[in-house]
Amino acid sequence: MTEAQNLSIAIVGSGGAGALTSGNLLLEAATAAGWYGLLTRTVGPQIRGGEAAALIRLASRPVECLADRFDLLIGIDWLNADRFGAEIQIGPHSLVISDPRGGELPAFVQNSGARVVDVPLKEMAKSIPEGRPNMIALGVVAKLVGLNEDVFAALIEKRLAEKGKVSAQASRAALEAGFAAAGAIEFDRHLAAPVAAKKRWLASGNETTGLGAIRGGIRFAAAYPITPASEILEWLAPRLAKVGGVLLQAEDELASINMIIGASFGGTPALTATSGPGLSLMIEALGLATAAEIPIVVVDVMRGGPSTGIPTKSEQADLNIAIYGFHGDAPHLVLAPQSVGDCLFTTQWATYLAEALQAPAIVLSDQFLGQTVAAIERPADVAFIGERIRHTATNAPYRRYALAANGISPMAIPGMPGAQYTAEGLTHSERGTPTSGAAEHRVQLDKRRDKLEQFAFGDHWATMEGTGEIAIVTWGSLTGAVREAIELAGRDGIAVRLVAPRLLLPVQNARFAAALDGVKRILVVEQSHGGQFYRYLRAHYDLPGQTRVLHRPGPFPIRPSEIHQEITAWRN
Amino acid sequence: MEELRLTADTQLACKPGDYRSDVKPVWCPGCGDYHVLMAFTRAFAQLGVPPEQIAVISGIGCSSRIPAYTNCYGFHGVHGRSLALAAGLKVTRPDLTVVVASGDGDGYSIGGNHFLHACRRNIDITYVVMDNRVYGMTKGQPSPTTEPDFDTAISPGGTGLSPFHPLVAALASGANFIARCFAGEPNETAAMLVEAIRHPGFSFVEILSPCVTYRPDQKQWKDLVHPAPVAPTNDPAKAARRIMTDDGFNIGILYRGERRPYQPKFAPQSLDPSVLEQEFEI
Repeated sequence: MTEAQNLSIAIVGSGGAGALTSGNLLLEAATAAGWYGLLTRTVGPQIRGGEAAALIRLASRPVECLADRFDLLIGIDWLNADRFGAEIQIGPHSLVISDPRGGELPAFVQNSGARVVDVPLKEMAKSIPEGRPNMIALGVVAKLVGLNEDVFAALIEKRLAEKGKVSAQASRAALEAGFAAAGAIEFDRHLAAPVAAKKRWLASGNETTGLGAIRGGIRFAAAYPITPASEILEWLAPRLAKVGGVLLQAEDELASINMIIGASFGGTPALTATSGPGLSLMIEALGLATAAEIPIVVVDVMRGGPSTGIPTKSEQADLNIAIYGFHGDAPHLVLAPQSVGDCLFTTQWATYLAEALQAPAIVLSDQFLGQTVAAIERPADVAFIGERIRHTATNAPYRRYALAANGISPMAIPGMPGAQYTAEGLTHSERGTPTSGAAEHRVQLDKRRDKLEQFAFGDHWATMEGTGEIAIVTWGSLTGAVREAIELAGRDGIAVRLVAPRLLLPVQNARFAAALDGVKRILVVEQSHGGQFYRYLRAHYDLPGQTRVLHRPGPFPIRPSEIHQEITAWRN
Repeated sequence: MEELRLTADTQLACKPGDYRSDVKPVWCPGCGDYHVLMAFTRAFAQLGVPPEQIAVISGIGCSSRIPAYTNCYGFHGVHGRSLALAAGLKVTRPDLTVVVASGDGDGYSIGGNHFLHACRRNIDITYVVMDNRVYGMTKGQPSPTTEPDFDTAISPGGTGLSPFHPLVAALASGANFIARCFAGEPNETAAMLVEAIRHPGFSFVEILSPCVTYRPDQKQWKDLVHPAPVAPTNDPAKAARRIMTDDGFNIGILYRGERRPYQPKFAPQSLDPSVLEQEFEI
């Protein structure tokens, strides 16, 4: 029996089989027992029901991506499970638990070389009044990975009684049956004891994004539903109301972006969340927010594109539109969180920056970060609260777009006497009066550029770790996988540096150059078919030495082993 | 509702001039929108709301240039989205008087969807559409309210399409107050705007505002308009019949509904946001 620092488990089943319920309970129980971990769910195209898989990784310390291989796969049944074959990598090292009455073993299981053990989940469930196969499956898995039955008792009370469908007693009995059945199954590894547990949270990136928004001062959100961003809006709706804010559902994304511009004009920090197709609709008004200098935050939870693409899967392919999508010369902020926990910080920071700079901020999260539920260490408290510089009463006539040394003009809020002005999307004078004069056009373009370029963004602009002549430059949700790949390389004696910009616009030339000082080889890692991040780096930064790019589209996240192989191959 | 009448000798605490900025309009001489601006400032003065408590929101087009000509807070946004911008402003700042200015292209074509949903949402704002049945700023293309045989460069021989009927659409979508005015009657228009602004919920005021440059035929409108021969009604069925059968030049309040406006209640900010993280704690 070996102690594993982490174990990966997949639970699959057809619609209504309860694979996701079991997966969530497993993660929650493991977290309650002190472990870390994460869960991503993957589902068929059906609106409701249909096959589902919970992909879980449990670990003795924080983890930020799925592992390369699954240790354990349990099929509550195998109907349509083949669709998950590409996502659930199993091999001779893997154990598969199968109900002989759950349908034919899918090809990817048959061809994997994995050891298959039959457990008659359905039959066992029949002998328990109201017993359900998914709870037996949960018991089997929990026992195999080394969880204690006790941690489930309180959880089952809480979660299943809430639903009011299945009695807690039946669930516990089924769970016990699963634990008992697992006793007879050989499995050569179990989870190592967790590191001394700090204060931990269990949350999805979409939820931490919502909390980051409120902490940053957001008190108005406009919402148009879109996968995979809707959970941000649904999380915010009741909670904004509790802190004196409000969420308004819009008729479309054209409306939601303009609603937040209106709210912000009125003095209320405002946000909307969407995905690629919605961001495309919002781009015109983002240009307005740039020109009229209205602080707003737009979270884009990226999914596979273009067009409707793959709404339920992750990709990092909205970088181009976020950076370059605007018409005209339109300096703005683009940020990207790097983990489920970092969604909180980055959204909070984005709110702070938008307000401080009176500019729109786009936050590029993605489906993986947004919809992954993770047990994380509680993110550190930060002091970033969005607060714009307000105009205070003077005798001089108010000039909304007055030139200032730092480019930031104090903003009057409707209701303030003597400072009435018209926020303007036309090229305007310092007062805000429309003009097509060359000089005024130029000085206002300069002003909007300078306020972003001159701002001191501090050390949060990027994550930088390690030393060495090889650097991996990546961004967003891939940061976690790159970090693991660098650890793997370290075991081979290869030192690799990590540079992952959190602030993508405005570019930070001097800081980036310093981060790559002494680097001879750069591996760029990104999840886009077209190499968008690489082209962005090429356009804005000097890349010293040789450069290689590991880029591919979704729907499956790039995993640590792919990156590790690339480093190894390049070195040899 | 209190009867309001604006006359030259009415003594006002606020003067219309207090609501006019020093920015010179871009409109053509003779444009109906000058009179609408006049009606705005007179209405605001009559209401007695100080200029800093009023926000005039607009999109793009000749009519949408009006905010900067007032001395109120204003927002000259993108084409067609003024109602959405105003909704975000009003729900977060219910203390402000929010007036939205638009035209037949901005409001009924590119902004058509927002028009329906603003009526339905029934937020307490006033929507003023200056209808001249043409895109003036882009030099004479047909709009949704243009007659089917109006010959233009982009639609030789006319569009052949029936005009959009904004008042019917407003009624069907839930607008709470529907009126038609004529720009050439600024006092009457001002009085109507006062009523519209005071009426709770979404008030829609269509102002026939001639484009003397691309629609010189509209100079005849002054001879065609006439007061609506009936009293305002709160019965949508009656209003529908009235609006659908009139000649388009019926001036007056055509519907005055009693729906409750949408305004979310703001909780006193009692909850410390740090409490929210408790739900994540293990």
